[in-house]
Amino acid sequence: MNKFLSSAAIAVVMMAGLSAARAADVKEVQMLHWWTSGGEAAALNVLKQDLSKEGFAWKDVPVAGGGGDAAMTALKAMVAAGTYPTASQMLGYTVLDYAQAGVMGDLTETAKKEGWDKSVPAALQKFSVYDGKWVAAPVNVHSVNWLWINKAVMDKIGGTQPKTFDELIALLDKAKAAGVIPLALGGQNWQEATMFDSIVLSTGGPEFYKKAFNDLDDESLKSDTMKKSFDNLATIIKYVDPNFSGRDWNLATAMVIKGDALVQVMGDWAKGEFVAAKKTPDTDFLCYRFPGTDGSVVYNSDMFGMFNVPDDRKAAQVALATATLSKSFQSAFNVVKGSVPARTDVPDTDFDACGKKGIADLKAANEGGTLFGSLAQGYGAPPAIANAYKDVVSKFVHGQIKTSDEAVKQLVQAIDDAR
Amino acid sequence: MSTVATTEPAITTRGTRASIRGRLQDALPKIVLAPSFVITIIFVYGFIVWTAYLSFTNSKTFPSYALTGARAYQRLWRWTFESDPPSSWYTSITNMAIFGFLYIGICLVLGLFLAILLDQKIRGESVLRPIFLYPMALSFIVTGVAWKWFLDPGLGLEQTLHHFGWTSFHFDWIKNKDFVIYTVVIAGVWQASGFVMAMFLAGLRGIDGEIMKAAQIDGASPFQLYRRIVIPLLRPIFLSAFIVLAHMAIKSYDLVVALTSGGPGGSAWLPSNFMYEYTFKRNEMAVGSASAIIMLMTISAIIVPYLYSELKEKAR
Repeated sequence: MNKFLSSAAIAVVMMAGLSAARAADVKEVQMLHWWTSGGEAAALNVLKQDLSKEGFAWKDVPVAGGGGDAAMTALKAMVAAGTYPTASQMLGYTVLDYAQAGVMGDLTETAKKEGWDKSVPAALQKFSVYDGKWVAAPVNVHSVNWLWINKAVMDKIGGTQPKTFDELIALLDKAKAAGVIPLALGGQNWQEATMFDSIVLSTGGPEFYKKAFNDLDDESLKSDTMKKSFDNLATIIKYVDPNFSGRDWNLATAMVIKGDALVQVMGDWAKGEFVAAKKTPDTDFLCYRFPGTDGSVVYNSDMFGMFNVPDDRKAAQVALATATLSKSFQSAFNVVKGSVPARTDVPDTDFDACGKKGIADLKAANEGGTLFGSLAQGYGAPPAIANAYKDVVSKFVHGQIKTSDEAVKQLVQAIDDAR
Repeated sequence: MSTVATTEPAITTRGTRASIRGRLQDALPKIVLAPSFVITIIFVYGFIVWTAYLSFTNSKTFPSYALTGARAYQRLWRWTFESDPPSSWYTSITNMAIFGFLYIGICLVLGLFLAILLDQKIRGESVLRPIFLYPMALSFIVTGVAWKWFLDPGLGLEQTLHHFGWTSFHFDWIKNKDFVIYTVVIAGVWQASGFVMAMFLAGLRGIDGEIMKAAQIDGASPFQLYRRIVIPLLRPIFLSAFIVLAHMAIKSYDLVVALTSGGPGGSAWLPSNFMYEYTFKRNEMAVGSASAIIMLMTISAIIVPYLYSELKEKAR
């Protein structure tokens, strides 16, 4: 029964997509994205204005439902119908999936002219370059291994920056003793897995993270270090309030902003929430790298995948790509979004303290080879594997998997299944 | 119904105006039905065949058409019988059993009970009836979100009672992996039992008053009256209610998503959630298709014999 419903849904979406794409205009950029919240929309406006200066109109491809899932389903239907948008917001391995299906355009010429291969970190190029051709324009780099701390609460309990995992636990204990919720977490599988990314990096170190979560090396996945990581997860999860299950990430951030909770482990999109609440780093909130992960950056990145549009629409696409990777847009957009520019040569003058730190960290990690794709965010491995991983972590957090031995066994099995 | 009617050559050598018209009139229903029939064939049965085919491929993000054997089914088989702790698929099907049984059962019992009470010629029936029926007008999404707030220990019932001073009150099923599926039952029953009540009420009103009177004269107590006469007479209504509820139970994807977002660690999933997740979000279209086919076969195994026996009975 459901299959019919979803088939019908695809058909409807497909028609919506078709009608959107059919209105194609040579001087128009068709863009599929799910940046609809206030700050994000404002940041996209910068891009729209840049493009209109060059005479290109902007057209959002309508996606019912708002969330990224709905957008990706719509995109799938549009691509299946052969009517591509100029570009679409995409994440990680999705770009490669579509490139493999042969529907992505080729921006190599523009990339050469603009010197992208020098300014964009190699780790990002893994997703924006396929088979030697540039197929996507990275918009930003988010990093995942951050602690977001309420300064007032921190002062109240007399805490200092935790340098090791044990110090973090001691800090959480202090908060607990002071009657504050120590750790704000949303019990959705991607949030739990995002936190676990940091824990694994902290427990096993950069080399181990890369082997286990980027190379999916069996020995590392089975190792005692991985078991220790799950044990650490079990330790830290005890500091969450009992009502955490199913909570959205921004509600968890709000708990820290309001001072109900001390700390959230989350990617730097959380900073967007702090900024939107008119908070400033170092006076209202603190940003530290997750203890034990200093010097490494676990990233994800938003990209604009560029589709293989007919020649007469190429000019608009090139203009979009050029504007996306221009230093002015990269700076303006990322100041609002909380992330850092996708090229390492953008000046950090407009960024706040956390942004400046993020930019410096990215640069250092890029040069030191410690820039790793986040498995939880779909940059470590293809989606099937990432989801299998999220399942196991979530089941461990919610007690369906009881011991770390069992968790490791399940993780290996689940990843093997999804390969 | 097995072939689409085409109009035969309308004008024959001996054809008169009247016979053309007559033929047209005969064919008219078939002509009008044909488009919807074709659409159904393609978009329902065609897609079933397509789904079945995909389940034997290794389709991931996009459909691929190279057959690779029953690997997807093997995985589902292992997830059903050999995985410990329970897999998402195992959770989904056990949830389906719990939810389906309780949802249909409670809705039927509660709906019948309400209908019998309302049938006692009470005052204000015309006010009460829409009150009970109204939840059916809401979509599952609205029901889900409203009950999510109501059941959330930090926002709803528990918090409110704590405010009133009953601090030992504890109700966190919606956050509890073992009980979250029962909150789905609660919301579902709240939504549908009024509708079932309306169906039963219509049935009760349709029963011949003479039979009731005769039974009363014979000295039947109200309980006996309902047990021996009224409820057996409502049998066709039970069938309709069962069919409606069963299909609502199977498709209640949206209720689970809105109410629990899948529950802690995916513990509120129904097979519909599993199918959608694997097909569209996890890019494992083959596994999703296989699960859809298994769902279809399971439903057929239950519904088809039941419908068959019911229809045969009616024909007699």
